[in-house]
Amino acid sequence: MSVLIVLVIVSVIVAGGFLIAFIWSVKKGQYDDDYAPSVRILFDDTVSTENKNPKK
Amino acid sequence: MFIFVPMPETQTLIGKPSKQQKIIYCYHCGEACDSSIEADGYFFCCDGCSFVYSLLKENGLCNYYDLSTTPGIKVKGKFNSDKFSFLDTTEAQQKLISFKDEKQSQVNFYLPQMHCASCIWLLENLHSIQPGILFSKTNFQRKEIFIGFDQNATSLRKVVELLAFIGYEPYISLDDSEEKKTKKTNRKQFYKIGVAAFCFSNIMMLSFPEYFSSGNIDEQTLKQLFSCLNLLLALPVFFYSASEFFVSAYKGLQQKWLNIDAPIALSILMAFSRSTYEVLSGAGTGYFDSMAGIVFFMLIGRWFQNKTYDSFSFDRDYKSYFPLGITKIENGIEVPSTISSLKKNDHIIVRHMEMVPADSVLIKGEASIDYSFVSGENTPVLKRKGELIYAGAKQLGGSIELMVIKTVNQSYITQLWNNNDFYGDQKNRDQSFIHPWSRYFTVVLLSLAAIAGIYWAFADPKNILPAISSALIVACPCSLLLSSTFTFGNMLRYFGKNNLYLKNASVIEALSRVNTIVFDKTGTLTYTSNASIDYSGGPLTDDEKNYIYSLAKDSAHPLSRLIKDHFLQTNTATSYPVLHFKEFPGKGAEGIIDGRNVKIGSSQFITGYSDNKNSAAEVWISIDNDVKGLFMIHNLYRKGVKEMVKLLGVKRYQLHILSGDNDSEKKQIQRLFPLAPLLFNQSPEDKLRYIRELKEDSSKRVLMLGDGLNDAGALKQSDVGIAVTENTSQFTPASDGILDSRNVNKLDAFLSYAKAGKRVVLVSWIISILYNFIGLSFALTANLSPMVAAILMPVSSITIVTFVTIATSIAAKKRGL
Repeated sequence: MSVLIVLVIVSVIVAGGFLIAFIWSVKKGQYDDDYAPSVRILFDDTVSTENKNPKK
Repeated sequence: MFIFVPMPETQTLIGKPSKQQKIIYCYHCGEACDSSIEADGYFFCCDGCSFVYSLLKENGLCNYYDLSTTPGIKVKGKFNSDKFSFLDTTEAQQKLISFKDEKQSQVNFYLPQMHCASCIWLLENLHSIQPGILFSKTNFQRKEIFIGFDQNATSLRKVVELLAFIGYEPYISLDDSEEKKTKKTNRKQFYKIGVAAFCFSNIMMLSFPEYFSSGNIDEQTLKQLFSCLNLLLALPVFFYSASEFFVSAYKGLQQKWLNIDAPIALSILMAFSRSTYEVLSGAGTGYFDSMAGIVFFMLIGRWFQNKTYDSFSFDRDYKSYFPLGITKIENGIEVPSTISSLKKNDHIIVRHMEMVPADSVLIKGEASIDYSFVSGENTPVLKRKGELIYAGAKQLGGSIELMVIKTVNQSYITQLWNNNDFYGDQKNRDQSFIHPWSRYFTVVLLSLAAIAGIYWAFADPKNILPAISSALIVACPCSLLLSSTFTFGNMLRYFGKNNLYLKNASVIEALSRVNTIVFDKTGTLTYTSNASIDYSGGPLTDDEKNYIYSLAKDSAHPLSRLIKDHFLQTNTATSYPVLHFKEFPGKGAEGIIDGRNVKIGSSQFITGYSDNKNSAAEVWISIDNDVKGLFMIHNLYRKGVKEMVKLLGVKRYQLHILSGDNDSEKKQIQRLFPLAPLLFNQSPEDKLRYIRELKEDSSKRVLMLGDGLNDAGALKQSDVGIAVTENTSQFTPASDGILDSRNVNKLDAFLSYAKAGKRVVLVSWIISILYNFIGLSFALTANLSPMVAAILMPVSSITIVTFVTIATSIAAKKRGL
């Protein structure tokens, strides 16, 4: 049964890691615009083959 | 080298579609085409739209039209290539460019016109159109675009000109302001939700053993471990994620007011303290899962609510405009247009009693400015050439020419309109029946919860916490408050779309109660620009005709405008400067032109006799007190007036007609308005007195439609006063609404829509009351878990808002609005 204690604590720590990752992504600005990315992935690449590649 | 677009291969000009043909809509921007241009089998409403189309086609960007229907934006006003020349200066570039090195410059712009997927697509493909642009990334939520360009291949000015050309003119203000604050608060919301989600899910997981062993965990150490961990996990939820509820409730308490966050805060506080007590004293495992769940679902619900509200006002709001007309001078020619199309350095003409719509500089004319609308000061001030005149000023005297130095701020004008306390007491509007109820809502709720708590303390103590917390959460007064706000907000938009611009939402309620309508004939029922004019009297020399034209030009009376148009059509009229212009409302105008005293007006004003023999409205002329003759004006009644009057009669509205003209057209009006009392030769004071007498009967609610010139007093006196305008910027602050003259025939639709709005509010109120009853009955009998209550609360407000929005939209469509 003591192994349960260890497991629980470790799993909470791992989950905490994900929370930190989430906070980091919000800080980076990934949640600032939640509409454009959903539309952007649907665009085709075929338009500007001869022009320069757009930098991110 | 700016973009020179070659004309498309096929371009034919099709004339105005006659009434029988169906309306052609522009392929680019979706607006109805007056005269359409054809290219490649598609129709466009103007050169601007067809040029953008050919530009996109040339660069292979026609995908723009596949992603959304008619995504284009019509570029209003002619494209002036000097407009952005200030962007070539180093100061402007320094202010706007956020980063610069030898190879690229980066800049951020706010594009309010961004509204759909096509916009994003086109804006991110700018590099295909102009090679100097390296990349462009949009942020749709903030409607911003982030562009990187090579300053050696193109320039800031060219980038902006391109954006303006395709319809996305950036809103450039050279002073740094706002915008930075909103970033931080939005992110805080996400942090709170993230923390609450993390803690809530882990607490749930740690509470499973307790659920599955029906409350009895044999191993004491495990039990203690889980309880401790739950307590630890609940701390960030209580102190961080739930903080906004406590702060808001506390602020409300400071104002001695229990707002909607108060019950929620109380519920969270109760759950937390009770659970902490239980765990620390070993009496149980507490209710941390409920508490964390409440907080989590409330936060998510709020976030979702905000998204829904935002999306409702999502569409083309930049198209709504304040329907005031103004006369612009372009290349020496007077062009009537709207104030929303005014740009910096435009020259405009403001006449007697008209309002200056934007901060401007005086170029020409005798300016006697009255700031009563802005500051309450009634004494007119003389302004010299080159002096600054602020928006909201009223001109008294001859017409003046101004140069606009700041674009029109329509919300500022609306604010001035609503702030007019110096216009005497506000109209007594009956308070909406909703308000008193929402005050007592929280008090009633708390007492009910307290009673239930006491009952359960005796009957079954286990149920106290669930019963009280669910009750406190599930009852939502927000639907009561939100329903009227959203209903009327949506309705104001629909009214605005149909060119009836109302001062505020309470006017809608007043409109729904109207049962008597008073029409002012000139300008409301008749066209002010189509009339047949005959002159009878002594011959006029060309000079004299020009004198009359100049004087008529300065007067804003509808009859003067007709005379002015008449002269413009028949011969080339030159205008001379008018000195000492004076206008007497309802009587006439006079001024000194070229040393001669010129007067136009009613027969009483000019000759001293009132002559009722003629069957038309008359404008008499005298020069140097020598009566020359008169113009007879046969008015044309607006299209659709007849049907509107019939419909209004069917719905039992009492109609009255007041007119400042003589009764020459009595028979004609009687045919249109068989039952209405008709009164002629009404002076402004007569009209005011008439309304006052009508209102002595307290059952009458009067709607007055006037042109705002002669009826300011009457408009203020009636329950709702609407000024009907046609290409003037005569702004009557005494009015409650401005209606474009073309839509006067929609009056019965407007009135029935206002009534429908009231019904929608009532229905949504009933729905929310029902919801509260049912929810509370489940909650107080401890049949509703607090978590489910927390989900139901945002669901209920979203349903109400959605219902109200859909209902008002359907009601509008049904009435053709």
